[in-house]
Amino acid sequence: MNENTINQMQEQVDVVYRSESRRIFATLIRLLGDFDLAEEAMHEAFAAAVVQWSRDGLPANPRTWLVSVGRFKAIDTIRHRARFDVSLAELFQGLDVSDAAIKDDEDVEDDRLRLIFTCCHPALSPEAQVALTLREVCGLTTEEIASAFLIAVPTLAQRIVRAKTKIRNAGIPYQVPSKADLPERLDNVLQVIYLVFNEGYAASSGDSLTRADLSSEAIRLGRLLMELLPDPEVIGLLALMLLQESRRTARTTPTGDLILLEDQDRSLWNPDQIAEGNALVQQVLASRRFGIYTIQAAIASIHTAASSPATTAWTQIVAWYNVLLQINPSPVIELNRAIAIAMRDGPVAGLQLVDAILVRGDLADYHLAHAARADLCRRLDRIPEARDAYQRAIVLVKQEPERRFIERRLDELG
Amino acid sequence: MKYMLLIYSEENAWTESEREDCYAESVQLTHQLQANGQYLGAAPLQPVATATSVRIRNGKRLVTDGPFAETREQLGGYFLINARDLNEAINIAGRLPTAHKGTIEIRPIIELEEQAYAG
Repeated sequence: MNENTINQMQEQVDVVYRSESRRIFATLIRLLGDFDLAEEAMHEAFAAAVVQWSRDGLPANPRTWLVSVGRFKAIDTIRHRARFDVSLAELFQGLDVSDAAIKDDEDVEDDRLRLIFTCCHPALSPEAQVALTLREVCGLTTEEIASAFLIAVPTLAQRIVRAKTKIRNAGIPYQVPSKADLPERLDNVLQVIYLVFNEGYAASSGDSLTRADLSSEAIRLGRLLMELLPDPEVIGLLALMLLQESRRTARTTPTGDLILLEDQDRSLWNPDQIAEGNALVQQVLASRRFGIYTIQAAIASIHTAASSPATTAWTQIVAWYNVLLQINPSPVIELNRAIAIAMRDGPVAGLQLVDAILVRGDLADYHLAHAARADLCRRLDRIPEARDAYQRAIVLVKQEPERRFIERRLDELG
Repeated sequence: MKYMLLIYSEENAWTESEREDCYAESVQLTHQLQANGQYLGAAPLQPVATATSVRIRNGKRLVTDGPFAETREQLGGYFLINARDLNEAINIAGRLPTAHKGTIEIRPIIELEEQAYAG
């Protein structure tokens, strides 16, 4: 066995790692009952694979081989450590050490769902759910996640350790929720995925407007979830993310400044993502079982059908916002509806609604509410009011490109 | 696993008849849990005005009137249950009548081994 063979095999093992490591990890957690043990076992199995496969060739089913070897390595480790550690001895007693515990493909897909639902368990803090999902389900490193969220690596590492400790000590089970709990738990998973997407699409703070990697991870997660659990809202969320993502290159200038939907060069919108997103929206709407994500996707889909703001079907958009408000009352949705009404009926009608929302105080600290008011006043030539509202928005805005955008608008007022 | 369900709510937000309904419903729930082998213990507590706190500082025992923390919602009772995992504990917590008015805090119990502490 020369060095060349090993190098070639390392490459092949890397390919298997990229396509299978998350599945193997998910199954090992079920078999071993512990995240850290599973991770350690998986890395040992991949290291062993390079050596043994170089000698014996690729096994018929590399994934089963890796799961089986990982499990045996972990059992060895536990058996060894159990002599010194009572809690490990207990863990060891609970383990099914027979080969029957490694099941067929269907169970492997269930393992991936188990992992998703465990990482997105509502008993973990939302930040921990996001971090854990990106690390354990997507396979991102702690460093990658920390840099995407602009937080220090030790802070993120600690967040993950705490989450795993809670999973262990509070008895968060490694399972797909029961039918009765599924809707509530699935909502939570969708929220986590959409949070990741939005952090990549419109980062809540910082210099850069988008962090494309997070958005593509969220879309990958959406695809995975659709494959495992094709619920209408899962499909709706994937459609929504694809349709928003289709506008990515059109929504910023080369220097990173924001371009509003109405000013975007629509020829830059990604036709493949639009086609896929629209097809998914139609599929879900036909099922007649849909919720907030599908409705937002339907609204995004209407935008893609128009060549300009003037030819956009605003009446349909307002109708969808009405439905959305009924099932999910929220001041931000009210604000979006008010903007759509301004497009349909003119700025006076829109301004009345925006002012009514602001008077209630719900969005008093939301920069986009003041920016919307400013824009409507500007269109009505009420310049001093527009200026005040832009200034209020600038005080509240947290993101650099959005600040520059609002400042530019303010400058244009003269 | 064993879990403690701590029942927090605003003491004064209950009318006498609401309180009686809550007790009756809770007793029913204890029967159901008992039948499932999930019941270990439960009791409502006297109002927080009867609470006494004890702590030892520098070897000296300090006894003070009142609960550990003054909050708007008070610990009003508890259930000690057997549950397979946190999901099952969450489901049982959701069946407590007080969950509608107050908040149930779920805490896993650390089971100490008797022999380790007996001598």
